[in-house]
Amino acid sequence: MKLTRKDFLRVLAGSAVAVGAGTLVHAVGSANDKESAGSTVGKKRWGMAVDLRKCREEKGCDLCSRACHRTHNVPQIPDRAHEVKWLWNERHDKVFPFQQNDYTRQALGETVPILCNHCTNPACVRVCPTQATWKRTDGVVMMDYHRCIGCRYCMAACPYGSRSFNYVDPRPYLGTPNPDFPTRTTGVVEKCNFCEERLADGKQPACVEACPRNAMVFGDLNDGNSPIRQLLSGRYAVQRQPELGCGPSIFYLV
Amino acid sequence: MGDRPLIYAGLFLFVALVTLPVWQGIAAQSSTVGPELKAPAHKKQCVAPRAYMREAHMELLMAWRDGKVRKHERHYTAADGTVYNVSLTGTCLTQCHGSKEKFCDRCHEYAGVSAPNCWGCHTSPPAEPGGVAAVAAGGMR
Amino acid sequence: MIMLDKAFTGSGRYWGWIAFLLVLIAVGFACYLRQLEYGLGITGLSRDVSWGIYIAQFTFFVGVAASAVMVVLPYYLHNVQQFARITILGELLAVAAVTMCMLFIFVDMGQPARVLNVLLYPTPHSMMFWDMVSLSGYLVLNLVIAYVMLAAEQKGVPAPHWIKPVIILSIPWAVSIHTVTAFLYNGLPGRPLWFTAILAPRFLASAFASGPALLILLCLALRRLTTFDAGHEAIRRLGVIVAYAMTVNVFFLFLELFTALYSGMPDHAEPFAYLFFGIDGKNGLVPVMWLSVVLALAALLALLVPRFRRNERVLALASLAVFVSLWLEKGMGLIVAGFVPSPLRTVTSYAPTAPEWGIVGGVWAVGALMLTLFYKITVSVREAD
Repeated sequence: MKLTRKDFLRVLAGSAVAVGAGTLVHAVGSANDKESAGSTVGKKRWGMAVDLRKCREEKGCDLCSRACHRTHNVPQIPDRAHEVKWLWNERHDKVFPFQQNDYTRQALGETVPILCNHCTNPACVRVCPTQATWKRTDGVVMMDYHRCIGCRYCMAACPYGSRSFNYVDPRPYLGTPNPDFPTRTTGVVEKCNFCEERLADGKQPACVEACPRNAMVFGDLNDGNSPIRQLLSGRYAVQRQPELGCGPSIFYLV
Repeated sequence: MGDRPLIYAGLFLFVALVTLPVWQGIAAQSSTVGPELKAPAHKKQCVAPRAYMREAHMELLMAWRDGKVRKHERHYTAADGTVYNVSLTGTCLTQCHGSKEKFCDRCHEYAGVSAPNCWGCHTSPPAEPGGVAAVAAGGMR
Repeated sequence: MIMLDKAFTGSGRYWGWIAFLLVLIAVGFACYLRQLEYGLGITGLSRDVSWGIYIAQFTFFVGVAASAVMVVLPYYLHNVQQFARITILGELLAVAAVTMCMLFIFVDMGQPARVLNVLLYPTPHSMMFWDMVSLSGYLVLNLVIAYVMLAAEQKGVPAPHWIKPVIILSIPWAVSIHTVTAFLYNGLPGRPLWFTAILAPRFLASAFASGPALLILLCLALRRLTTFDAGHEAIRRLGVIVAYAMTVNVFFLFLELFTALYSGMPDHAEPFAYLFFGIDGKNGLVPVMWLSVVLALAALLALLVPRFRRNERVLALASLAVFVSLWLEKGMGLIVAGFVPSPLRTVTSYAPTAPEWGIVGGVWAVGALMLTLFYKITVSVREAD
């Protein structure tokens, strides 16, 4: 059989498609690699309880937020549209929508410190197309800024508004950066990392350490004897919008 | 036959374009002698043999990167048993190699290899002692 | 490949149009380079409204791409002979539209250099992964089908037998691309506007209205500008399809409004309140939405009365109204209002900036250029017969 130039080109194109498809199938097959799931960290579930009564008594205090942002080189961008925030104060009625009538003290401008909820069933992790965000076995929802493609699907998925995108280069807004922690680059999403770099050194999160009233208690929710569990068993605590099924690990003592 | 000038002109143009980098190099008076890297006085050995590091430092850095961020591997044990903290800024630069400008850039510039974008996020210790501003202004070229 | 030469001969008007599109592409590319340098801060997007016109246009053009099925299905499954000459126009429209979708996703990425991470770390639990799989599959299907069919036509031989199952496969595949695109949005907690099980049917209804409407306009343009005539009967039948699909689409929108507004649940009602009336004086989308409503109702009136619909001039106007109406509602309102109010109960306005429009224009121009070249080749092949 004589092979014409056209036939040859067709076969060539066909083989290219076949090779491409093979690569894809192989890639899908290996999707379940142990990389993101397999972690050497023990069976912990890190969580935090915030005592809003103490916060209320220190109206206007933002030491936790400052400590967090300084530690992690979070830029202070004046343009509201491009803001980056890991831990910040928000009005009570915005944090707990539809939770109180118009006449409570909370409706009158009290603020609540909010951060990533490090959910047990995180929507952001479910939607991320590259596993740039994933949940560690100790409950910390991690971000890999090397892998993030900046599609912002996680921002659409997070029902708590905990994620920020670097719309502009953050470095000019940093002042003197903390040399022990990287900055971020334009085009990636970032959020609170529960101070995983400090946890690895056996330290408490920076916000917890910065609070003069010890309003934030951090610990292992799976350990019945941990201070956080003691606290939660003794006081009435709420999570943000638990009905969404995400399972936040941040509790607010009201 | 009348095409001869056209053909030669075309050939000349082709050769000129292909050898352009050579002419550029000559014009820029670049030397074929590579930059001399000073080994840190207090260390005899990098985390891996010199030849390996020269050839495959990016592979090692990427393995460190993925290990630390994704697998909670915060320490690296070298072949000679020394344990290192996995940290580009803290270990590689601060402990031995000084700064991005002193170490990475010199080779990368000489070899014409555009720097990977490590420095879009990671900070380098200041090239000159006390020059903190250089860190903030540092970044990708 | 053998037919590409046909695209290189044409009238002055043809080349003028190509040049115009190339200028738009160049402008778009220049804007994109600025965005690449500066970051997405160049757009009107914000921490609260983190997806805008790029993603909205992506959604709209997935619909246009899927709508090829509205000519392929009647012809191949119901033997509607009037569509014999235009199925290929639908398939080529799908190719151009899917390409636009991919470009819209690409220009929306903060780190476009890392786009291959989606393949390197395939993540089946992400709907974005499946969207990529279904869109690229659909692109390949339509490219193969259109090429094989046109090559057979050029040689005056019947198409090879193996193409029939491929064509049949493209029908459910078209439905799948828009279903998966709806799944991108409607599986998210905390975005009540999108959290509706009829989002996929709504997407399909609006797709089957906007796509064939565009096809009617394209057929009429081809008749005017070239020797190719789709035929009155084919255009009339397309008109019927648009009429049904648009009716269903408006009905679905009514269902959404009833559910959200009658129940009075604030987080479901608020996005609609924002769209149609504005909240806290932030009403940038209000004129967009009302214009969409007026155009939709006018189009329905023209399409549902057979006497009006049979008049091709009226049909052309109605098709234009359908296309623009859905472009406003789906290509802007639906995606932006999904972010309003934000999870922290904040109403943030969004409007595309000039560079953003430049990039959008560039992507449209790429689509229009592809379509022009494809249709030029098709018409030339048919003229040669």
